[in-house]
Amino acid sequence: MAPRIRPFGDHALLVEVEETAEALDLALWAREQGLADDVVPATRTVLLDGVPDLAATCDQLATWRPGAAPAPGPLVEVPLRYDGPDLAAVARGWGMAPDEAVARHTGADHVVAFCGFAPGFPYLTSDLALPDVPRLDSPRARVEPGSVGLAGPFTGIYPGASPGGWQLIGHTDEVLWDSTRAKPALLPPGTRVRFVAR
Amino acid sequence: MTLTVTRAGALSTCQDLGRIGHAHLGVPRAGALDQPAAALANRLVGNPREAAVIETTLDGVALHTSADHWFAVTGAPCPVTVAGRAVAHGEPVFAPAGSEVVVGAALRGVRSYLAVAGGVAVAPVLGSRSTDTLAWVGPPRLVVGMELAVGTPSGEIRPLDVPPPVRGRALRVIAGPRLDWFAPEAWRTLCTATWRAGAESNRIGLRLGGPALERSRTGELASEPMVLGAVQVPPSGQPVVFLADHPVTGGYPVIAVVLADDLHHCAQARPGDEVTFTPAPRG
Repeated sequence: MAPRIRPFGDHALLVEVEETAEALDLALWAREQGLADDVVPATRTVLLDGVPDLAATCDQLATWRPGAAPAPGPLVEVPLRYDGPDLAAVARGWGMAPDEAVARHTGADHVVAFCGFAPGFPYLTSDLALPDVPRLDSPRARVEPGSVGLAGPFTGIYPGASPGGWQLIGHTDEVLWDSTRAKPALLPPGTRVRFVAR
Repeated sequence: MTLTVTRAGALSTCQDLGRIGHAHLGVPRAGALDQPAAALANRLVGNPREAAVIETTLDGVALHTSADHWFAVTGAPCPVTVAGRAVAHGEPVFAPAGSEVVVGAALRGVRSYLAVAGGVAVAPVLGSRSTDTLAWVGPPRLVVGMELAVGTPSGEIRPLDVPPPVRGRALRVIAGPRLDWFAPEAWRTLCTATWRAGAESNRIGLRLGGPALERSRTGELASEPMVLGAVQVPPSGQPVVFLADHPVTGGYPVIAVVLADDLHHCAQARPGDEVTFTPAPRG
């Protein structure tokens, strides 16, 4: 189905699609086509910001179809200690023992659908067909950098210390964000991820 | 050549055109809130428009010079002195080595801009010298004792006869992507009410107080990307105009978007100042 396009100010378009995977697909495609200064995917929308000619870009967007994205992104292995304070609660919600929850999470193929909340914070979707994970009723005042959490259908990793309401299942020593690196985000949108228990 | 900060003020930062192209990584754009004022300051001292300037907040900044510099202060009108002597706002001014340049408190408006010939040459981060105050990407905010490198002057120092910016003009808006989440009268309310700038306003957003903008749809909007100038309406019904350091995504519906050319007015709205909106002419 062709995407639904709404103007978002005088220099931007907001494109609505059916699902998160389509948003990523469209964003990667639009980035490759050079349609805008900033191409920002989210849950079910993609922003094209810094568009010189809104009408011409609408015409180009109408040619997109799901699956038009370029080749799959790079695969990154993220070593992870599954020792988070909420692992038991998450496993209970999934109706299984913590060991099995870890096996399911490490066995799944994850992909970074989009980034947000903080620079380099990835929202990963996966092929896990498991119940959504509720956010904590009361967010923690401080979550340590490298904490890996679940919320809704997403896995996320905190690049820096911050307050946070995601249920924490573990921790990685990988540096998610370093603005002095050539590629500051370890896991930009489109990156495929396997979590490796250690 | 360096400028040493002798008084940092409430919030003084380096700003340029902003950090474009990194929003998909969760990086706010940042950049001078009052772009026309920053551009004018740069022109007065012969800088290219992308040169970094210092943006102050309400109470100015003070700097000590280690070499001779031309500079200019624009934006919110304020007293400016060099070695204790009053100099002009909005004109190129010479400061000899060893003098203190003081940008005083804003008489009205919020943000003044100091450009130095050659530009503030702090190390760029991801292609920009702008400080983002949401995630603190970019150079750190100014603190007393900080030394700011200055670039090599390149252009012509010249006064410019520029009319002062018009104040109190209604912000032109076009319909936002989620106007259909609001009650039918909400658009009219937005464009006819007199809003007041809130005290919690900052570089992230201009918070406004006034009649509640009622929604017709309840429930949660899936988080979606935001743009500069988006007028987002949280459950309180009190709108927030997103400014340069806005988060890249947001979960509340956007009723309207302020035209880019009008955003500089938001930069200068003090708490309590009146703010009004008007539908942008089509075309």
